[in-house]
Amino acid sequence: MDNAMRINPLDERMFGGNGVSLAPVGPRERISLRADEKTAKALGKALGVDLPFKPGSAVSKGGKTALWIGPDEWLLIGPDNGSISTTLSQTGKQVFSIADISHRNTAVTITGPNSTAVLNSGCPRDLSLAAFPVKSCSRTVFGKAEVVLWRIRKEEFHLECWRSFSDYVWKYLADAARSA
Amino acid sequence: MLLVHCPYCEEERPELEFAGAGEAHIARPANMADISDEEFEKFFFIRENQKGIVFERWRHIHGCGRFFNAVRNSVSDKFIKTYKAGEKKPKLTKAEIASVLPPAKGTPANEPIHTAPTTTGKGDAK
Ligand SMILES: [Zn+2]
Repeated sequence: MDNAMRINPLDERMFGGNGVSLAPVGPRERISLRADEKTAKALGKALGVDLPFKPGSAVSKGGKTALWIGPDEWLLIGPDNGSISTTLSQTGKQVFSIADISHRNTAVTITGPNSTAVLNSGCPRDLSLAAFPVKSCSRTVFGKAEVVLWRIRKEEFHLECWRSFSDYVWKYLADAARSA
Repeated sequence: MLLVHCPYCEEERPELEFAGAGEAHIARPANMADISDEEFEKFFFIRENQKGIVFERWRHIHGCGRFFNAVRNSVSDKFIKTYKAGEKKPKLTKAEIASVLPPAKGTPANEPIHTAPTTTGKGDAK
């Protein structure tokens, strides 16, 4: 074999029951982008996804998502084919910074009517629809791990965490789900 | 849980997402190499450490990552306001200061947690 095989740390894991399902998210391209407002607008055009400027909001288009993380920081998630970094590296004279964190992070999808109860077992945020509506996203904490939480639908969340924390995050979620 | 308003995220967020970063509005000397040891000590180490109204730097480390400033009462832990880094130190109104006062002396919430043990000889053990 020429190349080492890349292993997803949450492969083979599944949980369902008590009104909540957990599933690992497959490989994705993830880019941490830092740029000023003017540049971010231009980069959004190039990517075909308007980068959000409203704090805590996410914009998805054509399989790519831009999550607002801070006033000049976005997390870009897309298919595992390098298309985001390829597009961004061909934008000419713009000044910005990108870091490929595709393999630093992994993610879990949490679905079902009890998903907020399970998330709130480790996350202190108000996850009511009024405070954290659909298409909200935020860097926050889950137990002892720093995570990025993104609400895709009313009862569907995407939880990004560092790869090395994913076993802890998964077991914490599964434990909470068992007693949900 | 204590909620802190982040001026960048524009909402109240749980205390667990934040880290304190010391006293605010301390200007770093522009002529660092020229100042005396005493002046450096004053800039680097000496802090007001007030009991009462304090101006502090905070960082929304598990959120937007930004540093910002906050005014709060260090006894009651109540915030008057938070504002973006680089903004001027705000002038406080009497009403603002009064709104974050701790409970009056003599009310249980204002008493130290550890008091000298009272040995009445009876009724202590339950
Ligand atoms: Zn913030």
